[in-house]
Amino acid sequence: MAEIFVLAEHRQGVIRDVTFEMLGEGKKVAEALGADLTAVLLGSGVQDFAEKLKDWANKVIFVDDPKLENFNAEAYQKVLSSLISERKPVLTMIGNTSFGLDLAPALAVELKMPIATDCIGIEVDGGKVKVIRNIYSGKINARMSFRDDATQYMVTVRASAFPAPESAPGLGGAVESVASPLTEEIDYKKFIAYEEAAVGEVDITAADILVSVGRGIGDVENIPLAEELAKVLGGVVACSRPVVDKKWLPKPRQVGTSGKTVKPKLYLALGISGAFQHLAGMQASDLIVAVNKDPKAPIFSVANYGIVGDIMKVMPVLKDKITELKG
Amino acid sequence: MVDIIVCVKRVPDTSEAEVIIKDDKRAIKDADLTFDINEWDNYAIEEAILKKEALGGKVTVIGVGGEEVNEVLRRCLAKGADEAIRLTDPAFDGSDGYAIAKILSAAIKDLQYDFVFTGAQAGDDSYGVTGQMLAEILGIPHATMVTKVDINNGTARIRRELEGGLEEVDEINKPAVFCIQTGLNEPRYVSIMGIRKVSKKEIPVKAAADIGISADEVGEVGSMVKLEEFSIPPAGELAEMIEGTPDEAAGKLAAILKEKGAF
Ligand SMILES: Cc1cc2nc3c(=O)[nH]c(=O)nc-3n(C[C@H](O)[C@H](O)[C@H](O)COP(=O)(O)OP(=O)(O)OC[C@H]3O[C@@H](n4cnc5c(N)ncnc54)[C@H](O)[C@@H]3O)c2cc1C
Ligand SMILES: Nc1ncnc2c1ncn2[C@@H]1O[C@H](COP(=O)(O)O)[C@@H](O)[C@H]1O
Repeated sequence: MAEIFVLAEHRQGVIRDVTFEMLGEGKKVAEALGADLTAVLLGSGVQDFAEKLKDWANKVIFVDDPKLENFNAEAYQKVLSSLISERKPVLTMIGNTSFGLDLAPALAVELKMPIATDCIGIEVDGGKVKVIRNIYSGKINARMSFRDDATQYMVTVRASAFPAPESAPGLGGAVESVASPLTEEIDYKKFIAYEEAAVGEVDITAADILVSVGRGIGDVENIPLAEELAKVLGGVVACSRPVVDKKWLPKPRQVGTSGKTVKPKLYLALGISGAFQHLAGMQASDLIVAVNKDPKAPIFSVANYGIVGDIMKVMPVLKDKITELKG
Repeated sequence: MVDIIVCVKRVPDTSEAEVIIKDDKRAIKDADLTFDINEWDNYAIEEAILKKEALGGKVTVIGVGGEEVNEVLRRCLAKGADEAIRLTDPAFDGSDGYAIAKILSAAIKDLQYDFVFTGAQAGDDSYGVTGQMLAEILGIPHATMVTKVDINNGTARIRRELEGGLEEVDEINKPAVFCIQTGLNEPRYVSIMGIRKVSKKEIPVKAAADIGISADEVGEVGSMVKLEEFSIPPAGELAEMIEGTPDEAAGKLAAILKEKGAF
């Protein structure tokens, strides 16, 4: 029977959410393709994870090797290319994460298998797999298909694009251990250590009100406008990634996939376009208000209230009006 | 001494612009868009120049595309790159990340280099694959989402960004490809004067035949994925819009926030 591989992603002893999101979606795609769903797990001492995954797939294959203890794309690639060449899954799903992007593109080239990255939709059309990718600052969806002669495909899946099922579908798959094909350590690329995120002087995850600024703030000199607004609201200032990249605010203030996940009572998004990496870090906020001069900015589709306008004009007036209303 | 090749792409800025799909549904109308060097590549070129300034050596920039790519290549020269190469051939049109990686590798294999820097992704198509594929084709290791590069003789100690602010430190031997993430340096500004200074510098142009790659390996036929069509993403549930002048809108918003108990 045809097979779909979902590569389980785990780090520091935790299976990452994207794994379950892929297994949930993978089950649907497997049904549409008339295939079995196989979870593939690589690591050192991962038998427990294999047990955890078995209700999520028709089969769990795991490769346990001390050489796979920490993620090394080179080692993972060797193991996966051997597994995929042998078992010939019709589709291999990998997270579009720092882990997946370090691994999948080179693996696909080695296997001469077409890959589509950062997919937010997977469709089966006449036995062929097609994907939806979200591009151009989130403003365009592209439907893409694979090279005509391809019979096996690889996709990387955007985190949070598919909801993870609330509980395992109870597939009760068989767990199979496969011997590691690795014969020696990879000496030209070595994992050295993890470095934890820096702790800031302000903890944005603990604040009830966040006044969050994006690239639209224009200049570091305008940051005080946001600070004054935050002050009258009794909140703190957070930001999107470009603001940190430009060193206008320190990294611990960044909201999003590579920053912090926040859930304040009020999230004021000022001059933030709403890239998915940002949304992933704030869309669970109770009340979201967006101010942006672009009426098509994706942030408006997660906001409760929106103002199309210039934040430089809105911020000072809003501060004054709030001060007035506070009396 | 360190020789670094940087791959740069010219991309439209769509973050603030209205994006309109062409009638054939396979491209966007770009006449009204402003183009610039891809944001990630801007950090990559800066990092390469910083390394050259610290260690000596040479920085070469390469771009695949038409004559318009000269504009970003010249910007890189003005910043301090030593040489630029443009890879141009009608056969390259419609290439996906894989085909671009094949084109770049064909040109790079004949050059002298210790490291190749690419952006972690291009802001337009966002494939996020080209650097890794290039490394695989060249048969050398790579690292993605790179946020720090320290070069020490034959090896580089790098930092990679993982999710949630966590980072990973790795050591990689040269030659290697690094796919650079934003924020690892402060890209320098180039003045019009600076660009004028390099305006006479010749940028060699190479076609498919010059780099020894055949037409069926590149373009749409040489790609892994095929674009079927573009569409505008479904809008989802839109925010309730507060209308009026900035003064009026801010006043209404303040009232709403008060009513909701925000302050
Ligand atoms: C691996 C990876 C991880 C990432 N992690 C994160 C992350 O953790 N957090 C994050 O935020 N991003 C992250 N990003 C970046 C993300 O893709 C976007 O580039 C980023 O979120 C855009 O930030 P922005 O909205 O501030 O800027 P832009 O997208 O440039 O948007 C600026 C917005 O401001 C508006 N604007 C401009 N001037 C004004 C004005 N005067 N008044 C009103 N509106 C104005 C514009 O219309 C535009 O919508 C990551 C990217 C990658 C590849
Ligand atoms: N046409 C191109 N010319 C030169 N470099 C490119 C081109 N396309 C992509 N790249 C490089 O590959 C990186 C990743 O692009 P992509 O895989 O398309 O997201 C970019 O940041 C560039 O460094």
